[in-house]
Amino acid sequence: MNAPTISLASRMPKWVGALVRGLLIVLLAVAIFGPLLNMLIWTVAEAWYFPNKLPLRWGFQFWGRVFRPEAGAMTALWTSVLIAMMTVVFSLLVSIPAGYALSRRTLPLRSVFLLVFLLPQAFPAIAVHMNIARIFYGIGLNGTIWGVMLVHAIQGLVFSVWIASASFAAVNQEQVEAARNLGASPWRAFMNVSLPLAAPGLMASAIFVFLISLDEFSGTFFVGVPDVRTLPLTMLNAALEGNYQIASITALLLLVPSIAFMLFVEKFLKADVLAKVGT
Amino acid sequence: MPIALLSPALLMVGLLFVYPLLFSLAYAFRNEATGAWGLVNFEKAFELYSNDILYTVFILVLATVLTGLFAVAIGGYLTLGENRRTVAILRWLYRWPLFIPMVVAGQLMRTFLAKNGMLNNGLMSLGLIEPINAVSMLDWRGVVITFVWKQLPFAALLISGAMASMDRSMIESARNLGASRFHALVEIVIPQVKASIAVSLILSFVTMLSALSVPMMVIAGSPTMITVDMAWRVNSYSDYGVANALGFISCAMSGVVAWFYLRQSVREQSRIVAK
Repeated sequence: MNAPTISLASRMPKWVGALVRGLLIVLLAVAIFGPLLNMLIWTVAEAWYFPNKLPLRWGFQFWGRVFRPEAGAMTALWTSVLIAMMTVVFSLLVSIPAGYALSRRTLPLRSVFLLVFLLPQAFPAIAVHMNIARIFYGIGLNGTIWGVMLVHAIQGLVFSVWIASASFAAVNQEQVEAARNLGASPWRAFMNVSLPLAAPGLMASAIFVFLISLDEFSGTFFVGVPDVRTLPLTMLNAALEGNYQIASITALLLLVPSIAFMLFVEKFLKADVLAKVGT
Repeated sequence: MPIALLSPALLMVGLLFVYPLLFSLAYAFRNEATGAWGLVNFEKAFELYSNDILYTVFILVLATVLTGLFAVAIGGYLTLGENRRTVAILRWLYRWPLFIPMVVAGQLMRTFLAKNGMLNNGLMSLGLIEPINAVSMLDWRGVVITFVWKQLPFAALLISGAMASMDRSMIESARNLGASRFHALVEIVIPQVKASIAVSLILSFVTMLSALSVPMMVIAGSPTMITVDMAWRVNSYSDYGVANALGFISCAMSGVVAWFYLRQSVREQSRIVAK
């Protein structure tokens, strides 16, 4: 059964294979960058009607409109950034102790605890979000920045705890013991040795949580609206109102930090930490 | 001591995830008008939204299958590809949408797949379609394309990672015995990374099942996905009963997927033990 494929492959001239490879790569590149390019064109299109293939008038007119105070996009951007920073601080406060405890292989029920933090990713989030909104409504957290921050923090918790645990697990224990032998208290050894050594991994987890919070949609939709308006919700509104330019400019604002992180993630998340995530 | 360090994080999962989830599952069975327990929410959910439930299942299954096929193809080429330059280009290329937010992916596709979008413009420029035949793809096709576009890098990253850490000697010897690359992929590589394929596809399935923004942005009107119906029941009618019944159904969908995976892995465990 193998014979025909082999003879076919060997009979095919080399350029046919190269052509097929090249075509597939070009197709993939178009599929990946096409939607991005389309969005970029919309951010600088002032007039563009079907069936024109390119805008009739180019310019930055809509950028001015987005950044005007009454447009609300700037307020939304600041709200988003503020909530994301609060989420990062809160997540680190919770996940540094948890990650430190989980980095010890001797911890009883360790794999069960690791799994518990994965649970929020294994169930559809919408059902949870709408009931959180209902519970928060009862205790006055609905429509507040604090409520939205809590929803974002639970969404990012698995990443912050798992990455923190992996970062502490990658810390060289001999250095910690050396500090202890020189008379440092466990607290001082943690603050002066373990924490600084784990810092790059914790930085990665902070960036991860920041991005998750910046991009979170459905939790904000149920818990925050209409009082707390983040950038993703502003974008949805602009898109549903048919304002392609405003929606594309807000999309671009959300895209830049995500792509920057994708390009630099390996600088923050070293291979020795990465290999320990979730184990 | 370690439990004390863990407790804030555990408390958070309990209060912000387990409690609302149980609340949701229980209140799916409660008639909030009368306070009685029963199936009335489910009857209403099926009466109003049975089309949307089937539509959701169809979209999710199709998107998951396509994500799996493309991710295995990308991982397979990264592992078995012989042209170094193509492998390097592919490795650089496929990851771009990885951290792009779902809601932004929805917006990108809303412009790209629209009637006046770049896809139609491109096809018209190449002479493949006439302007009169240009159609908007902003329906189930748009949602499937958006989901695959967004989830493919994640699945491909996990799967190619698993393939890269495989023992290469078996692939080499099969290739030396004259097996084509396709045969090596199907008969040697895929069976060894089955677990990674399953995990990446289950997580993708649940992510797509939770995505409210994509169907909201990409589908205009009805039929739509049940996430949009849930938001609609809550925001327009304050009808948590039917919304929770739909939430229960979506949890059941992810439960079915997880159950298949667990059953499969238990079977494999017992096969290994039997050997």
